[in-house]
Amino acid sequence: MTEKKITLRVNGRTHELSVAANASLLETLRALGHVDVKSGCDKGDCGACTVLLDGKAVPSCLVLAAQADGATITTVSGLGTAEHPHPIQEAFADAGAIQCGFCTPGLILSTKALLDANPDPTEAEIREAISGNLCRCTGYAQIVEAVRLAAERLASEGVARPGAILPGEVARADQPIRRGGEMP
Amino acid sequence: MSPCVTPKPLPPHDLPPLKQVGKPLRRVDALAKAVGSTVYAGDYAMPHMLHAKVFRSPIASGRIVRLDVAKARALAGVACVLTGADLPDAKLATDMPGQTGRAARTGSDAPVLATDVVRFHGEPIALVAAETLELAERALGLIDLQIEPTPGVFCPQKALEPDAPKVYGDDNVVARWHVEKGDVAKGMADADLVVENTFEMPFVEHAYLEPEAGVAWLDEGDVITIRVCTQVVEHFRTVAKALGLPQNKVRVIGTMVGGGFGSKEDVTVEIFLALLARATRRPVKLVYTREESFLASAKRHPFKITHRTGVRRTGRITAAEITMLADSGAYPYLSPYVLLYATAMATGPYRIDNVRIDSVAAATNQPFTSAFRGFGGPQAALAYESQMDEIAKALILDPLELRRINYLKTGETTATGQTIRSAAWSEECATRALAALGEKTPETSTRKIGRGFASTFQSYGRITWFHDTSRAWVGMEMDGTVVIRCGVPDIGAGQANSLCQIAAEVLGVPLERVSIYATDSALTPLAGTSTATRQLYMSGNAVLQAAGVVRASLVQKAAEMLGVEPGEVELENGEAVVRSPLSAATRPSALSSSLEEGDRTASASSGPSTKRIALSEVAAKAAAGGLPLAHLAQFNAPFTDGLDPETGQGDIWPDFTFGAQAVEVAVDVETGEVELLKSVACHDVGRAINPAAARGQIAGGSHQGLGYALMEEYVVKDGMTQTPTLAEYLIPTAVDFPDTQVILLESGTGVGPFGAKGIGEPALTPAAPAVANAVADALGVRVFSLPLTREKVLAAADAGKNVKRPDPNW
Repeated sequence: MTEKKITLRVNGRTHELSVAANASLLETLRALGHVDVKSGCDKGDCGACTVLLDGKAVPSCLVLAAQADGATITTVSGLGTAEHPHPIQEAFADAGAIQCGFCTPGLILSTKALLDANPDPTEAEIREAISGNLCRCTGYAQIVEAVRLAAERLASEGVARPGAILPGEVARADQPIRRGGEMP
Repeated sequence: MSPCVTPKPLPPHDLPPLKQVGKPLRRVDALAKAVGSTVYAGDYAMPHMLHAKVFRSPIASGRIVRLDVAKARALAGVACVLTGADLPDAKLATDMPGQTGRAARTGSDAPVLATDVVRFHGEPIALVAAETLELAERALGLIDLQIEPTPGVFCPQKALEPDAPKVYGDDNVVARWHVEKGDVAKGMADADLVVENTFEMPFVEHAYLEPEAGVAWLDEGDVITIRVCTQVVEHFRTVAKALGLPQNKVRVIGTMVGGGFGSKEDVTVEIFLALLARATRRPVKLVYTREESFLASAKRHPFKITHRTGVRRTGRITAAEITMLADSGAYPYLSPYVLLYATAMATGPYRIDNVRIDSVAAATNQPFTSAFRGFGGPQAALAYESQMDEIAKALILDPLELRRINYLKTGETTATGQTIRSAAWSEECATRALAALGEKTPETSTRKIGRGFASTFQSYGRITWFHDTSRAWVGMEMDGTVVIRCGVPDIGAGQANSLCQIAAEVLGVPLERVSIYATDSALTPLAGTSTATRQLYMSGNAVLQAAGVVRASLVQKAAEMLGVEPGEVELENGEAVVRSPLSAATRPSALSSSLEEGDRTASASSGPSTKRIALSEVAAKAAAGGLPLAHLAQFNAPFTDGLDPETGQGDIWPDFTFGAQAVEVAVDVETGEVELLKSVACHDVGRAINPAAARGQIAGGSHQGLGYALMEEYVVKDGMTQTPTLAEYLIPTAVDFPDTQVILLESGTGVGPFGAKGIGEPALTPAAPAVANAVADALGVRVFSLPLTREKVLAAADAGKNVKRPDPNW
């Protein structure tokens, strides 16, 4: 398999990688240690592997790593941390929108893409935006509630919310790193 | 159905006020999942780790003529290839008889790897472990399998015919149950009308988002250690038995589970991981693809259920004769017990004095079937609730009125003669669900509006002759924080959180000060399975007991320090305080048992500022005084003997949850499309430990049940899977159905902590029959099988055009 040299900027860190031409962005991100990107079907059916690719929510299993060369990628851990969660992450936790949690990273990133483009979505717009993310636990009611709650909080708190970490700011080191192992 | 339903007033019930329990607090596991720091089974890696794949049967019924793995073994980078020949005695016990020591049934074990015969499409035949996943996949392609198809049996009815091919054993009967109560002949003779109908349900896939995954290694003591997503860490015993190892040489560390719904109750990857780790003495990782998850895992049982019901003109049911046939697939797994659940709940939440039920599960060369949320209860409910509406229709009686006449009440008995001891709020739930539907949507000539509801009951807790137990350890640290150690697997329903909220309540600390270590068969006290809607009941009670002992130490020491009687001390918000006589009178009785009762008339005149002390100080003094600040408690469910072998009479479960769901649908009679317009579910949860989590269980269970009603069918043709991925097997998305409105009732009468009942499985059960009844209401005719596809609905709509309303003067 031919290898291709690419550059990915993931959660604020730049990675220079050599990837197989057929490697998906999903497997590449997970091999880098970004195991917060979940694999549910590898076919684009479930949305668990959703990431933000230059701000757009995409199923990373359907994107070749080579296609993402030069792109900026945000995974759910790039949005916020337990100490400094993003308002969307807090809203999901507060609204009871999380049960098993396996679909949660993808749903939160689909929500982020939605609210970036449309800060005050209708219920129909919310449902449409998350319709590519399957959840088998919640029945979506509390997820829709979480998106609405997040929209309200973001609107009332403004962009410069104190203590919040914005996408791409989590990891401050910016030197290129080589392909790492998986999470121990 | 009557357009206007008034909620039935609730009977008097006592719900003591609590501080942590009953609050919709943020679940302890929620934030880590939201920020992506929860690590799931497939996310782990180990140094020097191998990657595994499973080689599976390409056909449903066949004889292995030749299995040559030499080329796969010879591939550079392949560490190990195992076949059945390498493990001649490795059998997987699929019958879990619990802790009674009762022997498993003959023929109930599945070979870990098929050696001569394959019985289902996807049956495992060989295992590969290689340096990379890619090499392991390549090695699969080098395995030379010659397999000769043999005649299979793909229908449970045909499987029971004398000349049917035998899947295993002497016949294809996996289990039979017979229940006989009262005198059915007399009951039928007393009836004015006998109604008979047959209902059918398909295979259903669990379709949790997280495919099965795990990593195994040998630790420095040669203990096979398996980190896996499972509902049952006690499978360390199953694995030890299959490998011929002592039980203390296998350890299962459970992870947060990305959905289970019953299918991670069976052994999945852990047996393969254990075999490969033992053979290679290296860590091995195995993660199923979605397709493999579908092929390798259990399905919900297809059932065919016939009800013959005798009823008086007044609506009183006089007799029920019920037969059930279930497809057990290629191996038994939990079929005998799923069949028992369906059998014992076959008559629904109704008092019927004369009952005969005969049920059988048959082996076929189809996917094996096992536990799936509801465990036979949903299939039984689809039949009994559809039948209730058909009876109402025949009698020209309101469906709610018919049910009112027959609802099972506290003190009355089920089909197997078990007395209902807790609240049986069927009518309270049904009337609330119906009332909440509000105004009926107007219909057009082609878009018919129908309403339907279902009243169901569902057990919680395991079968009582399994002698179920759970253990939990609770301790307080010197800074007043709390630690729980409990082997509970958290499968997403909030199992761990509930335990934390209970401990927080008993010990008077905020939820954030409670930590839980869960799901390690070696290090956390065994809590039993996260199945059967049992963890809140079982482990909740264990935590309640353990925390109660710690509380007693704290109260005793705090009383000394505050100079009051122990009965005057309350623990709240991380402090011991002297409580007022008023609050003493209202304190929860569940906490009283573990306390020394002091003189409640003692003066509490001192102001709050002078009469409070931090629990950290109390804990330090109590520890210095030798008082126990940690306790391991075991909770035992009621133990009973099995059913009477002749009559099937006897107790089976600790208790039941009663609930109802009502829906409104629009049916397009030109296309057969069913649109769900409204859905309301109301359940008596006893006591909601965390109301947000309880609502989540009901909303999510409802959605699965709605999918069962309208969308989901795992299609199998001649044993071959036709719906191999989530592109063919469709589950509900956010745009398919409206939200189910949830109404929680709290009778406080359950056998769980603080009067809680279980809700995990009961949440799903009424959804499908409610939809089936609504569609029948819209069309005037019924579709007798699930799912209610456009084709079936259209055919029924066409047939229904000529159907007359029943004659009121029969």
